[in-house]
Amino acid sequence: MAEVLVLVEHAAGAAKKVTFELLTAARRLGEPSAVILGAPGTAGAITDRLAEYGAAKIYLGESDDIDGYLVAPKAEALAALVADRQPAAVLVAASAEGKEIAGRLAVKTGSGFVADAVDIDSEGTATQSVFGGATIVWSRVTKGTPIFTVRPNSVAAKPEPAAGAVEEVSVQVSAAAKGARVIERVVEDKGSRPDLTEASIVVSGGRGMGGPENFSLVEALADSLGAAVGASRAATDAGWYPHQNQVGQTGVTVSPQLYVAVGISGAIQHRAGMQTSKTIVAVNKDPEAPIFELADFGVVGDLFQVVPQLTEEIVKRKA
Amino acid sequence: MNIVVLVKQVPDTWAERRLRDDDKTLDRESGDAVINEIDEYAVEEALRLQEKHGGEVTVLSMGPPRAIETIRKALAMGVDKAVHLTDDALHGSCAPQTSLALAAVLGTLEYDLVICGSEAVDARVSAMGALLAERLGVPQLTGARKVEVDGTTVRIERQTENGYDVVEAATPAVISVVEKINDPRYPSFKGIMAAKKKPLRTLSVADAGIDPAQVGLAGATSEVVEFTARPPREAGRVVRDEGDGGVKLADYLASQKII
Ligand SMILES: Cc1cc2nc3c(=O)[nH]c(=O)nc-3n(C[C@H](O)[C@H](O)[C@H](O)COP(=O)(O)OP(=O)(O)OC[C@H]3O[C@@H](n4cnc5c(N)ncnc54)[C@H](O)[C@@H]3O)c2cc1C
Ligand SMILES: Nc1ncnc2c1ncn2[C@@H]1O[C@H](COP(=O)(O)O)[C@@H](O)[C@H]1O
Repeated sequence: MAEVLVLVEHAAGAAKKVTFELLTAARRLGEPSAVILGAPGTAGAITDRLAEYGAAKIYLGESDDIDGYLVAPKAEALAALVADRQPAAVLVAASAEGKEIAGRLAVKTGSGFVADAVDIDSEGTATQSVFGGATIVWSRVTKGTPIFTVRPNSVAAKPEPAAGAVEEVSVQVSAAAKGARVIERVVEDKGSRPDLTEASIVVSGGRGMGGPENFSLVEALADSLGAAVGASRAATDAGWYPHQNQVGQTGVTVSPQLYVAVGISGAIQHRAGMQTSKTIVAVNKDPEAPIFELADFGVVGDLFQVVPQLTEEIVKRKA
Repeated sequence: MNIVVLVKQVPDTWAERRLRDDDKTLDRESGDAVINEIDEYAVEEALRLQEKHGGEVTVLSMGPPRAIETIRKALAMGVDKAVHLTDDALHGSCAPQTSLALAAVLGTLEYDLVICGSEAVDARVSAMGALLAERLGVPQLTGARKVEVDGTTVRIERQTENGYDVVEAATPAVISVVEKINDPRYPSFKGIMAAKKKPLRTLSVADAGIDPAQVGLAGATSEVVEFTARPPREAGRVVRDEGDGGVKLADYLASQKII
């Protein structure tokens, strides 16, 4: 069966959820081989779970240069594997870095790529959700090795055990790929909440929160659900919540099982980042707010009443 | 220090955006078009770096004739001169082709830095900075929320999901910026008037030395097979809070087996 390369997204010694989604999608196109690129010692506990989700092979390329320089070494290592293995396709997560790796890989291999696919069928046709989610597009790569970046939370991960034979590959990073040196990686108050793009529930607050201090209400609700916290641009622009939590056209795109919009009107640019969420609920005091057009369930009311009650109720029911 | 800043004209997100029925490319003719918003931040950053370090700022845009409106906006903000790559042969270019064309033009310009936006809101490929760095063989400093230049060293803070990376490279380099980096200035009346007299070079594919077979719809590396409007979400239920809104919402989540 044709080999399909899947680039493993990992952080802190664990594969991110999107990796299993990529493996699941890759199985439709052929036999997945997972590719782990990282500093020495990265593979650790990752490999078992990759096999569980269908990785017949696991290519392991470990080098300090991978983490020491931005993006280019990963693209180079992946390109070397593509040249060597001639895979039927390459799947990469549609994270900021994943999109850049895929783009560079496309140039290196003279291939095309599909950005931010929400689905891929067995023929290699990808589904994309464009124009703020208003239009669905089916597209495919017509040159070289098809490369896809896949939006996290779009494909449901399903286990299907495979051999997971580990094969070490040597990584030689060229001088050209060592142009942008990573001096430091700084983690800002990450806390224990899940990553925004990976979370299966996202609770977002908007201008209706009224000020930074009230975001504790959104955080408490998020924590009761095990959710990540997002914000509208009105809230991030005002400095109420960190910019990296912004959901929307100029922020991150999320596609969780449940999206809770609190004090958010639902402007088209906000929708662009959350429209493909499976279930959407909203709390807003304005019955005319456009967010209610998308919501599966909406409460017209004061968030300062509704949200604490909701949090309390969830905590009670979960106890 | 010489900077080339890349701006793209995109359909206004407030307007209805559509694909053309004939060749399934983005309709760039009808409807309102605006400068890709993040590109204003790229222009602003270029101007601020120029204020500190001198040199010239050139705006480069590839797009149909009307993209000149977007170029004028950058000139009105204070950019010194402009290059507009425009040719029917470019219609329908995919991202790798666009990077090839932009890199070809950049190859004829003198630059220490190329600055672009992190993402164009039409196709949302979010990779042009990386593609250009690859094509030009220069360092990639993308996703910058802060840029500092010291001689020939550029240091950025690259925004990540949970913080930032500090990344450093020597010039020449390609930078892409995120919204957090600055607050773009509004063009002044004087700026708008001055923009009309600033040097503008219009290049065809032949002028730029680009092989027409390498760009445009016919040779694109990916294609749109089909498209359709998303069916509207089924109308949900909206209730008015009568003191039990939170409980009702919890009931709903329970009914969906979410809690
Ligand atoms: C190029 C461009 C890109 C953009 N990108 C993004 C993006 O990435 N993400 C994004 O979010 N926006 C983006 N925007 C901005 C977007 O257009 C909206 O301005 C923004 O989403 C509004 O945020 P909001 O809903 O929080 O604020 P508002 O629109 O002001 O809505 C606040 C809502 O809170 C409700 N409210 C107030 N008080 C209460 C209360 N006590 N209880 C309950 N409800 C209450 C109000 O009824 C109102 O509906 C972009 C805009 C442009 C032009
Ligand atoms: N046709 C174009 N002309 C000039 N700049 C462009 C063009 N396409 C993309 N860019 C630049 O690349 C950035 C990222 O775009 P993209 O990777 O297409 O999402 C944009 O913010 C622009 O600065």
